[in-house]
Amino acid sequence: MADISFLMLIFFLMVTTMDKEEGLSRRLPPLPAEDQKVEDQKVNRRNIIQVKINASDRLFAGNEMMDVSQLKDKIKEFLTNPTDDPNLPEKEMKDIPGFGTYPVSKGVISLQNDRGTTYSKYIEVQNELIRAVNEIRDEFALQNYGKKYAKLDEDRQEIVRKAVPQNISEAEPKDVKKQ
Amino acid sequence: MAKFIKKEKGDTPGISTASLPDIVFMILMFFMVSTSMRQTDRKVKVSVPAASEIAKLERKDLASYIFIGEPTSQYAAQFGTDSRIQLNDSFRTVDDIRDFIASERENLSEADRPFMTVSIKADKDTRMGIITDVKQELRRCSALKIMYGARKVN
Repeated sequence: MADISFLMLIFFLMVTTMDKEEGLSRRLPPLPAEDQKVEDQKVNRRNIIQVKINASDRLFAGNEMMDVSQLKDKIKEFLTNPTDDPNLPEKEMKDIPGFGTYPVSKGVISLQNDRGTTYSKYIEVQNELIRAVNEIRDEFALQNYGKKYAKLDEDRQEIVRKAVPQNISEAEPKDVKKQ
Repeated sequence: MAKFIKKEKGDTPGISTASLPDIVFMILMFFMVSTSMRQTDRKVKVSVPAASEIAKLERKDLASYIFIGEPTSQYAAQFGTDSRIQLNDSFRTVDDIRDFIASERENLSEADRPFMTVSIKADKDTRMGIITDVKQELRRCSALKIMYGARKVN
């Protein structure tokens, strides 16, 4: 008995793979229908920040060259616009059910990469963008509910998601020129 | 009266092995429950990049995998060392993704289809060109929920 179970134990030990399925979850934009005009994609200039990674893995955010470590703060400033700078995105008073009106930023992050960018750099930048949004969400959650976003219940998370949307657009592929 | 005389030998009794099968069984059960057998042979080298803002995939059964990376050494002679796409068990091109997604979608029940997630497991040294092609193809097949495979780091 013990022998047989030992044998099976060894078998399961060998075949088991315990890799967890983890990663960065994203949603791709649907392809525009062919007859659809591009005009509705026109976004006010101040509401968009271009984050570009060129073929030699250099990062540009809003036409400024920067290091990945600076990106998160840049994005946070862009999305929160604490001083109501006219060059940073406008806010729209939105009525969020269950919360009330809140000035929701209209900022959109547009991420562009070159065909020669390495995948690890791309993920690093994506990660920073998500981190910026997550931090703003945490701040919002702490301010209003006294808890971090992850600790809130489903309904409140929904409210936070509406108040701080994650508008990252993985733009149509375009070759970023070397700068 | 010899019956009641205790043996006064200094031997320590051996550890009882009576509970060994129980313990082995318990470990066996644990492995049987937690095991997920690898369905496909990896033919490409994939070491996923690290990221901190990681989300877990809630439903593993709804995931389809696209592996992108260099062919492993045994296939390098045949397929070169340029990044290739692996779907199921074989090397494929971007054009095959459409059929792959269609068949994966067929396998899911009607209710689960909108929640299908495509997990892109790409090596960290892959160039974005091939991944952009894959993403565009996925958009064309309207498989929009994707996940970039990454491992957790703080």
